[in-house]
Amino acid sequence: MELLAFGDTGWGDELFRATLMTIAVSITAMLIGFSFAAIFTPLKLSKFKSLNLIANIYTTVIRGVPELLVIYLFFFGGSGAIMFVASMFGYNEYIEINAFVTGSFAIGIISGAYSTEVFRGAIQSIDKGQFEAAKVLGFSKFKQFYKIILPQMLRLAIPNLSNVWQITLKDTSLISVTGLVEIMRQSYIAAGSTRDPLFFYSFAAVLYLLLTFLSMKLINKLEVKYSRGY
Amino acid sequence: MDFELMINSFPKLLNAALITLKLLSVSLIVGLFIGLFFAILRLNKNIFINRFAYGYSYVFRGTPLLVQIFIIYFGLGQIEYLRSTVLWVILKEPYWCAIIAFALNTGAYTSEILRSAFQTIKPGIIEAGKSLGISNKIIFYKIQIPIAIRQSLPAYGNEIILMMKGTSLASTVTLMDLTGVAKYIISTTFKPIEVFIVAGGIYLFMTFIIHNVIKFLEKKYSFN
Repeated sequence: MELLAFGDTGWGDELFRATLMTIAVSITAMLIGFSFAAIFTPLKLSKFKSLNLIANIYTTVIRGVPELLVIYLFFFGGSGAIMFVASMFGYNEYIEINAFVTGSFAIGIISGAYSTEVFRGAIQSIDKGQFEAAKVLGFSKFKQFYKIILPQMLRLAIPNLSNVWQITLKDTSLISVTGLVEIMRQSYIAAGSTRDPLFFYSFAAVLYLLLTFLSMKLINKLEVKYSRGY
Repeated sequence: MDFELMINSFPKLLNAALITLKLLSVSLIVGLFIGLFFAILRLNKNIFINRFAYGYSYVFRGTPLLVQIFIIYFGLGQIEYLRSTVLWVILKEPYWCAIIAFALNTGAYTSEILRSAFQTIKPGIIEAGKSLGISNKIIFYKIQIPIAIRQSLPAYGNEIILMMKGTSLASTVTLMDLTGVAKYIISTTFKPIEVFIVAGGIYLFMTFIIHNVIKFLEKKYSFN
């Protein structure tokens, strides 16, 4: 138990901060994923074949390639790509992006591919009459989406989004390979310096279980909120 | 674009893909048995057995695969007692540790897939078997299991692809699978995009094959 003490003697405060880091990365990645989904879902549902193709390439490649490989791509290629873009604007200094940004972006792109599929499925399963009714009632395009389609879509999407959240949360453990101090990395450091890997990795497992358990409780509440009237 | 590097690294990566496939197939076979075993436990009426099986799948589905590998590879070696048993021959090898972790992980997901498949079997089918005087054991092996397997094919296909991606974590315990070799080449040449295209392409090709095999099986065993 003293291994988990807060302060200099134990790893309690370090692990606590690492847990907050895991939560921060997961939420950032999820939000980045939503922005990707906001771009690619309309492309998927578009009438134009070429736009469909772009979105399909994105979701197929990301969902068919291991997360770790994507993370290595960003970890080793991230600063290179940014520097290349910066050099076009005449900036030639070395740029290093920090592990948090690289990690959230890598996980975000992965999470976005899953979210895109979820949103596509949700929109497609909304009754066609709803779109027609919205049009007939003279709503503007923006209002049609915002007031009529979106609330119905969320109700259908939330159960699947909670799966995406779980995947994203667990994927953040892979960012530890880039050196970002989240639960996995902190346990690795603690295990190395105390020579007690069994304890620290098991404790990491407990922390992840706790996070998944608590977030499921929260999401269930959301689910109830959005299924009012059903 | 460094095409020469892409061509040169292709055979190395292809070789590493064989290790990925080996890891995948062994863990899937072991995982299928674990999954079937726990799915049967889940259907047991005894609440303790039931809860135990649920706990297993909850823990393995609620924690990252990376943690599971690290517990088995780094953690179990710490127990002095284990070091003196025969088990140590297996547990000191990263290859077997990875396979144990993968098998337990896919077993948890498979048990959920099979359980829901068993539960969707219409009771009428089992009753029909009973009224024909077939013993419970034969009903289970010859009627319930084949139907459950057919029901779970689409979900299991997804699980195979997820597991294939999961085997990339073997590279974190020193195994040189496809991702491990890709990382090695990237870190020595600093050409991440080229290597990603080749390694990712091999992964996508494997995904494509698995996807189509499952689709073919689904068609072959469809009810109509």
